[in-house]
Amino acid sequence: MLSMTMMPAAIVNGLMFGAIYALVALGLTLIYGVLHIINFAHGALLMLALYATFYLFSLAGIDPYVSLLIVVPGSFFFGYALYRWGIGKLAHGRDQNILLITLGLAIVFENGALFLFSADQQTIDVPYAYESLDLGFVFLALPKVISFFASLTICLLLWLLMAKTDMGKAIRAVAKERQGARLVGINVEHVFALSYGIGIACLGAAGCLLLPSFYVDPSTGNIFVIIAFTIVVLGGMGSFVGALVGGFIIGITESVGGLYLGESLGQIGISLIFILILLFRPTGLFGSKV
Amino acid sequence: MAVRTLLFLAALLVLALIAPLLIANRFLIDVLTLILFSAFLGQSWNILGGYAGQFSFGSVVFFGTGAYTSSILLMTFGIDAWIGAIAALFAGAAVGAFVGFLSFRYGLRGSYFALITLAFAEVFKVLANSVEFTGGGIGIFIEHEPGLARLQFDDPAGYYYIALALTVVSLAIAWWLERSRFGAYLKAIRENEDAAEALGVNAFRCKMYAIMISGAMGGVGGTFYAQKFLYIDPPIAYGVATSVEMLLVSIVGGMGTVFGPLVGSFVLHGVNEVTRHYIQTPGLSLIVYGLILIAIIGYLPNGLIGLFKGRARPKDAEDA
Repeated sequence: MLSMTMMPAAIVNGLMFGAIYALVALGLTLIYGVLHIINFAHGALLMLALYATFYLFSLAGIDPYVSLLIVVPGSFFFGYALYRWGIGKLAHGRDQNILLITLGLAIVFENGALFLFSADQQTIDVPYAYESLDLGFVFLALPKVISFFASLTICLLLWLLMAKTDMGKAIRAVAKERQGARLVGINVEHVFALSYGIGIACLGAAGCLLLPSFYVDPSTGNIFVIIAFTIVVLGGMGSFVGALVGGFIIGITESVGGLYLGESLGQIGISLIFILILLFRPTGLFGSKV
Repeated sequence: MAVRTLLFLAALLVLALIAPLLIANRFLIDVLTLILFSAFLGQSWNILGGYAGQFSFGSVVFFGTGAYTSSILLMTFGIDAWIGAIAALFAGAAVGAFVGFLSFRYGLRGSYFALITLAFAEVFKVLANSVEFTGGGIGIFIEHEPGLARLQFDDPAGYYYIALALTVVSLAIAWWLERSRFGAYLKAIRENEDAAEALGVNAFRCKMYAIMISGAMGGVGGTFYAQKFLYIDPPIAYGVATSVEMLLVSIVGGMGTVFGPLVGSFVLHGVNEVTRHYIQTPGLSLIVYGLILIAIIGYLPNGLIGLFKGRARPKDAEDA
């Protein structure tokens, strides 16, 4: 069978993309784990990060990997401010309100991008875009390999931040028991906004890593919304390891599904996994039992 | 209901009935038709989301299934659209039962329910894109042969009256929910599902009825859309935009109120027409929609209707 020989290549390609998916999902799962909200604007914010990377390259000539240094902190502050003075203030503490407000934000961002940047697909032309690594059974585009390792590194850094620093400790405390955290003197609103900011910073990183091998248009984010939610639900809401493993599973499912079922029907696998997991194991693979 | 309110509503209905005779501008009739149609779809969302408190992000799945059902019956089997509309009603209700049974049986609530409906719409979109009988990505073109049996008209007023009839029926359903025991059950589930169950409300069954009513309405709406615009394809039939519009008009107008979707639809489409008149740039009206949604959630959680109802509240407080 022809597709059997292509199978290893599809799996490796899926792993490469899965790392980026994991990074996107990591932001979502962090926000869910701490704030217990579903950030529906996640895809739209990734789209904004992609545009930021794109314009830094096309207007200022900054390489996407260098602009990590600008886009990641920028995304963090944007996310922090957005939560502290926007979402948090307007939601009055009700979960469904947050869902709707982030939906409203997604609509505003997506159409704001359409208004400012037009609907055209934008790509960047970096000199190393077509260089590739030969693994013997598969050629891998260099940008994908870089994004794979960079994503893993960022996941590790985030884990260290959460496990080893005081800030991480405060975030984990708020995630576990927000009233108790308030009582011991943690500024809960600040920690909420911090977590949201870190979640959006993950998107900033994903934007920089993604752009050299991808494209951006105002609706790019929609592609990632369902995928990111699927990964988060699959791995278990709030679980870091889950987001990582889920990212790889979804990346492989997508590329193998595309191989066997074709480009169009292949996407159905992700939505089906999403529905089945929600129905039969809503805590996901690594989520704790409620 | 006070006599004055009834008189006011009757006058409004008479005005709506004679509007096509008074308005010479056919474009304006089209705008009114869309406002009414959007209010109808919004009411379909409102029954499930506003009254029963089950927020769906994928209600377009009923609309799209209805649109495909009647269009396939018409173009492949030559069956008239009015029969197709009835088939679409049952198809919408069936999809509602399917989605509802799976989601409610496994106890999905709140945000999880919103997400799974979104995923169902996505699955239907991919399927419609991939199978033969929906015309795949090319979609279905519907022949224009005006006549009541086909629900197609040369004069926009024809569509207007159908949209008006749909809206009146949807208002009647919401009105019935306000007065009936079933409606009270739904509201109880919305406020606190566990407490409602403890008091003997069969939450699963009530939510199933709600999603099936919502689905049936969405299905009929799909037929209307297909017969008016004469074309459907997967992004139109199962796109997120329609789902969002359905919940938007309800939330802006006022969730769980009889006239919320109608008020929301008038305001949003009014804003849309005005912004489009002054600035012809893509996306601008939707930016405004998004901002209105955020502002309503933040400052008017009961929607625009709540502005008027809010006055009565201090009196209630005195009684209590």
